[in-house]
Amino acid sequence: MTINHYIFLSVALFCIGIIGVLTRRNVIIIFMCVELMLNAVNLLLVAFSKMHYLAASTFDAATKAGTDAQLFVFFIMVVAAAEVSVGLAIIVMMYRNTHSIDVNFLNRLKH
Amino acid sequence: MNPNDVLITFPELLIWFPLLSGLAAFFLAKGDSAKRWAVISSLITVAIVAASFFFTDKNYFHFNNVSYVWMPSIGSSFALMYDGMGRMLCLLTALAFPLAFLATYNTNYLKSNNFYGLMLLSQAGLMGVFCAMDALVFYFFWELAIIPIYFLASQWGGEKRIQATFKFFVYTFAASLLLMVGIIYVYLHTPDSSFALSSFLKAKLPPGQEKLVFWLFLAAFAVKMPLFPFHTWQPDTYEQSAAPVTMILSGVMVKMGVFALIRWLIPVFPYATGLFTNVVIGLSVAGMVYASCIAWVQDDLKRLVAYSSIVHVGLMCAAIFARHQSGIEGVMLQMFNHGINIIGLWIVVELIEKHFGTRKISELGGIASSSPVLTVFLVIIALANIALPLTNAFVGEFLMFNGLFQYGIWTTAIALTTIILSAVYTLNMVQKVFYGSTNSLTASGAGMVKGSAVAALTVVVIIILLLGVYPKLLSDLTKDTVNVFMNRLMGL
Amino acid sequence: MSKLVYLVPLFPLVGFLINGLARKSLSKSLTAIIGSGVILASFIVSVILFFNVKSGHTGVLKLFDFISIGSLEIPFAFQVDQLSSIFLLIITGVGFLIHVYSTAYMHEETSAHYARYFSYLNLFVFSMLLLVLGANYLIMFIGWEGVGLCSYLLIGYWFKNTDFNNAAKKAFIMNRIGDFGFLLAVFWMLQQFGTLNFGEIFGKAAGMKMNDMALVGITLLLFLGAAGKSAQIPLYTWLPDAMAGPTPVSALIHAATMVTAGIYMIARSNILYTLAPTTQGVVAVVGLATAIFAATIALKQNDIKKVLAYSTVSQLGYMFLGLGVGAYTGAVFHVMTHAFFKALLFLGAGSVIHAMHHEQDIRKMGGLKKYLPTTHWTFLVACIAIAGIPPLSGFFSKDEILAAAFSVNKIYWIIGVLGAVMTAFYMFRLYATTFLGKFRGTPDQEHHLHESPKAMTWPLIVLAILSVVAGFAGIPTVLGGTHQLANFLSPVFAGSVALQHAPHLDHSTEYLLMGISAGVAALTILYAVSRFSKKPDMQDAAGLGKVLENKWYVDELYDAVVVKPLRRISVLLNNVVEKLGIDGMVNGVGKLVNYSGRQLRLLQNGQVGAYILMMVVAALVLFIIQLFVL
Repeated sequence: MTINHYIFLSVALFCIGIIGVLTRRNVIIIFMCVELMLNAVNLLLVAFSKMHYLAASTFDAATKAGTDAQLFVFFIMVVAAAEVSVGLAIIVMMYRNTHSIDVNFLNRLKH
Repeated sequence: MNPNDVLITFPELLIWFPLLSGLAAFFLAKGDSAKRWAVISSLITVAIVAASFFFTDKNYFHFNNVSYVWMPSIGSSFALMYDGMGRMLCLLTALAFPLAFLATYNTNYLKSNNFYGLMLLSQAGLMGVFCAMDALVFYFFWELAIIPIYFLASQWGGEKRIQATFKFFVYTFAASLLLMVGIIYVYLHTPDSSFALSSFLKAKLPPGQEKLVFWLFLAAFAVKMPLFPFHTWQPDTYEQSAAPVTMILSGVMVKMGVFALIRWLIPVFPYATGLFTNVVIGLSVAGMVYASCIAWVQDDLKRLVAYSSIVHVGLMCAAIFARHQSGIEGVMLQMFNHGINIIGLWIVVELIEKHFGTRKISELGGIASSSPVLTVFLVIIALANIALPLTNAFVGEFLMFNGLFQYGIWTTAIALTTIILSAVYTLNMVQKVFYGSTNSLTASGAGMVKGSAVAALTVVVIIILLLGVYPKLLSDLTKDTVNVFMNRLMGL
Repeated sequence: MSKLVYLVPLFPLVGFLINGLARKSLSKSLTAIIGSGVILASFIVSVILFFNVKSGHTGVLKLFDFISIGSLEIPFAFQVDQLSSIFLLIITGVGFLIHVYSTAYMHEETSAHYARYFSYLNLFVFSMLLLVLGANYLIMFIGWEGVGLCSYLLIGYWFKNTDFNNAAKKAFIMNRIGDFGFLLAVFWMLQQFGTLNFGEIFGKAAGMKMNDMALVGITLLLFLGAAGKSAQIPLYTWLPDAMAGPTPVSALIHAATMVTAGIYMIARSNILYTLAPTTQGVVAVVGLATAIFAATIALKQNDIKKVLAYSTVSQLGYMFLGLGVGAYTGAVFHVMTHAFFKALLFLGAGSVIHAMHHEQDIRKMGGLKKYLPTTHWTFLVACIAIAGIPPLSGFFSKDEILAAAFSVNKIYWIIGVLGAVMTAFYMFRLYATTFLGKFRGTPDQEHHLHESPKAMTWPLIVLAILSVVAGFAGIPTVLGGTHQLANFLSPVFAGSVALQHAPHLDHSTEYLLMGISAGVAALTILYAVSRFSKKPDMQDAAGLGKVLENKWYVDELYDAVVVKPLRRISVLLNNVVEKLGIDGMVNGVGKLVNYSGRQLRLLQNGQVGAYILMMVVAALVLFIIQLFVL
């Protein structure tokens, strides 16, 4: 498997995420699409990390190259989890106030 | 004398004293206490400056010069010098504030603690500008002097003060930023990476860049003076500001620009100065004639005075760029005298507006019948404003025109037409406001000039006559500064 | 003894300060004593100085450094020599008489205004003394502007009257136009000679060649200054209007002293003018043109003071003609005699106006001879003197100028004599209409007619005597005199005399010239008296007369050509260039920022989707730039 396969997959996932965010009005769907984009990036990070390590270890068995990318993935997961908790809380509040989870309702923030 | 024996130097004292008393004034919210505090404090400042005149000798070097390490990492030191020009302008600053306070002593400003506090802060800033020997210190005090004015102009004044202040703010702030960029640019080209004036003088800029940086500096100073065509903030701001603020703005702040030309711009950029002499003198002279014409058709006293100030400043600028010794000496005299005269004019205008509730020339008339005292003061100050001999402005203008004559006879001839035009608009104003018969509005002028205002006007008139008859008092003071300036130009 | 010279201007200054500062507390009589007393003191010192100078003690007294900057040294110094001592005598002498006269003339004023009047008058004398005593052009200029100021203050003395104020303003501004030339000349001299001291400048100039560019320029500019101060074409229009001031002021300032400052200045600078014959030609032509032009206007004026004012302008023209043809002594001589008889004429007119309760129109007078005997006789003496009938003073001084003009250019002389004829005509038209015939005023006025008080008549008598005898100071050699004045002044004009080589007239020609001018003047007088004593011209003039009565419409012309267009340009500058142009540009920048802000605000529509779309599009754009552009 070359890196290209991973890249195509994650680009595809990312684009699905973007299009979801842009086109849907349901906040929960949008939220899921954001998660999808984050995970697309995570996938790519892990893939690069693995490839980078493989390439480096042929010259130096004890190398640690690429490991930091995997570290980032954990960060992203943690941040995403925090974000989910905050985001869901906002959605709940929004539902309580407006009895809707349509994102266009939020344009009232403008006023 | 040993520097360690000196407790505090004059320039420091002149900066710290108004600064601290200004901060203290913010806390004097009760009744007239802030007003009294401000008057006393500003009078003490006058006393300090007066005392400093006994220490002009070279032996007292350490009383007049100081330099602390301030920001060593970027090569800036807190360097102050108190030379002839600085001494004269500090005297002007010191005199201007008590005059402004006394003349308006009967006016009660809302939140007077803030008002007088800001005024005194501005005074500290002005003192700093006139003594600074380090570009960063100079810039710092430049802003310290101006920023209180934003608040003063926007909080106290006429109905359209917010718009006027906004215009003033945009103009001066843009100018200050240009100055900042210019200072940093020159700093990067100093041989020893220092903000000191002495290092700035050694800075070697490529000619092409020197031209650009010259304009950055000049734009900043031209707005402050103001030089035509950067002047339109001035009539609006003068018209809308409270009287003491207007007095300080026109009497002293205008001199910041003129001062900066002599201390910073021309010595630092001699090459570009030579290159743009024609442009700047052309603008100045055109502005003089232009502002004279416009002053003629003004119906508002404050705007008339504002335009007449543009005429005077235009002449100063032209004389500086003519770079002739007598012209520069004339500028020195005129910086002081113009400050005194215009403050006198503002006092009269303020008294009229306060008493009759209008500044419109067309609505006034006949004040000479109802208030002869005010008329005598006004006529003397107005005559000083048109530089009649034996008033203080004459020698300055004479020397400036003489300096300009060395630059070109036709330019001088055009500039000299303003002595005719100034007589036209000044006498027009005197006639329409003071002479003729009284109308329903002006019949009630008796007793309009009271105690403190009389004191302020008397001081102004005494200075006008004293320096008119014996100008050597001032010219001796600034002689050395002029020589240093001329030697710098000759040495190149 | 010449160390005392500073006292001469000091006395009037002290008088000015006392009268000016204490004007509320002084009584009228005290004001009058102080005001006139200080001038008398100055006069006494001037007399002492005069005799000192006569015995050869001239010199320069430096009081203090006025300006000293680098190489530029301008001291506050006084110069006492023949020329200035003559002027000192005229100024303080005539000045004193007029002060005395004023004490009675101004008696109707309240005491504060009375003191104000005398303080201005004292300040005027002070400035005038500075002008003639100054040892350099700057001190002269100080006095020069000072007298202009006092003239302004005194013309507008009755400040409630708008017309008077306008006249005062006009006088000051016209003078400032002259000052423009004076100052420019001063700067030029500073550049050329490096000094302003008379002695040094004249010394250096003597080494320059004839008609040097700088000399011509300097002298022409100085002449512009003189034309402003001494009311010559094209700046003469202020002087007739200046009659708005009190009549003694017209006598002192606008006839005897201030207006002769221009002549003094050129006489002082005589060497410069002699070295610039081009300028001399201009001076002569302008002087002659003014002399004849003003005389034509005077023919048709009906205001007693206006006639005298135009007569003054005309006589000043003669003095400039004298200067222009190199007759410096003649010009100074005429200044002196003119000071006497013209002051006398004005004071006499003042006496008439006083008696007529401020009526100035001569058509409403007539027959005043029997009511005002002293005024009448003294006025007649002055009229004969100004008309140039020997042996009164005007004959000698005018003849000296005309003779010099004849030797330079015969046309000058012909026009000059024509002017002299007109002078005789309008003076005796004035005299006959005012004093002869029947009284034409109201019965009420007639009832109140009375001779003026002693304080007013005595100065008239003294001046009348002087008008008769002053000519004897300068009896020309051809009439068997020695011309003492010329001898006295010769050191001042020595440099010029050495350079001039005008053809000397032989005696028979001189007799002929004198005879012609005196003869035609006498005939004109007879004609004018016989014509106007019986039936003065009461109708409004028509045709050319109307043009003359309206002063050739010069004021209207100036107004239409200079004042109104300038005013219109100024309004245009104010409304269009300043408000729409420069300020409009500044405000335009502000408005642009405001407008673009408002437009950009629309992007913030609150639609979350739109924000995200924008974000994505921006990210894509950056991505593309990253890939393809950089």
